[in-house]
Amino acid sequence: MANKIENQSVAPEEGRDPMMTYPYYVQKVRQETYDTFTLELKPAKEQEIGPFEAGQFNMLYVFGLGEVPISISGDPDNPERLIHTTRAVGPVTQAMRKLRRGNMLGVRGPFGTNWPVDKAVGKDVMIITGGIGLAPLRPAIYHILNHRDDYGKVSLLYGARTPEDLLYTKELEKWGQRSDLEVHISVDRASGDWKGNVGVVTTLIPKSTTDPKNTLAMICGPEIMMRFTIMDLQKRGLQNQDIFISMERNMKCGLGVCGHCQLGGVFVCKDGPVFRYDNLKDLIAKREI
Amino acid sequence: MQTIEPLLAGHSFFKGLPKEHLKLIVGCSSNAIFNPEQFLFREGEEANTFYVIRSGRVQVETFSPKNGPITIQTAGEGDVLGWSWLVPPYHWRFDAKAAEQVRAIAIDGKCLREKCENDHNLGYELMKRFALIIAERLEATRFQLLDVYGK
Repeated sequence: MANKIENQSVAPEEGRDPMMTYPYYVQKVRQETYDTFTLELKPAKEQEIGPFEAGQFNMLYVFGLGEVPISISGDPDNPERLIHTTRAVGPVTQAMRKLRRGNMLGVRGPFGTNWPVDKAVGKDVMIITGGIGLAPLRPAIYHILNHRDDYGKVSLLYGARTPEDLLYTKELEKWGQRSDLEVHISVDRASGDWKGNVGVVTTLIPKSTTDPKNTLAMICGPEIMMRFTIMDLQKRGLQNQDIFISMERNMKCGLGVCGHCQLGGVFVCKDGPVFRYDNLKDLIAKREI
Repeated sequence: MQTIEPLLAGHSFFKGLPKEHLKLIVGCSSNAIFNPEQFLFREGEEANTFYVIRSGRVQVETFSPKNGPITIQTAGEGDVLGWSWLVPPYHWRFDAKAAEQVRAIAIDGKCLREKCENDHNLGYELMKRFALIIAERLEATRFQLLDVYGK
């Protein structure tokens, strides 16, 4: 696997035009929560996008409306099932939510850097995610579980707004039953029926039995959540070079050409979305950019 | 059965306390078990105890006539629960209910308050430790208020 996490630009696969949109059919639609849904896509023609790595994203095009960057949330070892989970927030994703089996959309990609699943080999892994941030991290979870013996202890810490906002609930239940994966879930608020944890995702960090001296952390969620989480991981003793985050910006071209997603000297679409924290720490909290 | 002293001595909250202070705290402590749905304390009651949770999960709740009980925080193994015993007027501001069977060490805050008045070194040590917990909770509450997962 190419190491694309140290701000190296991603070269498009040979013979493939990164601006080319491929037609895909919607094969399955699943409503995850009231505003979040998952699309499973299959190529409409023989031509399809290349294989993807955990953490990468595609540009999905709703014909006549526009293109949006959506993280791939399927299993990288099973790339023929192209899966994206997203929230209906703007005109394109709202239209996307209305798509049904057999409808078509365009796919361009995959783009961006990957979660450091190779660098994590031999280490404990903390996967910390909030809200819809679980979707971009799910491919990394699949990869780690597919190659479970390569890793030490693995903790998944997942925070959501309410119990009704939790994604992939059946899968979380299955993961929670595994003896080789610690799953801790918390919600920010709940009614009396919820018997799980209540509190922000950072309150789950002390529950992880991973060894801070030999742990690699992967974090995805709103930027504020990631900043709070990083501070708590630093208190626990993790080093900045062992913390990886996935950034979200207004990505348009996916190639670092248009400049929409520029963050200081980096382009989130090309040099990210997954960054090693020490490469980004001086930029992430800068109000001016 | 394990006595309370090693349990408290091994807990991060009490780590590094001089032996004589630990002994004073142990003198104010007892084991407690709460069954599911049993309240550890209720809003408005006198706050004379705090708890070190050994196992199980406690829901800290408030009640709204419109929405019923609302859980605002949970406490689990290793957590220190309750600081109203330390702050006048020494009344609980929330309910705390066992979500499952809870084993805890109950520490008599009223007894400890008196000991802290008589031994300011002990009082200062405890205040420093509770200040850390209160600061962490305040930070978590502010984070919670940001509602970062909203649209």
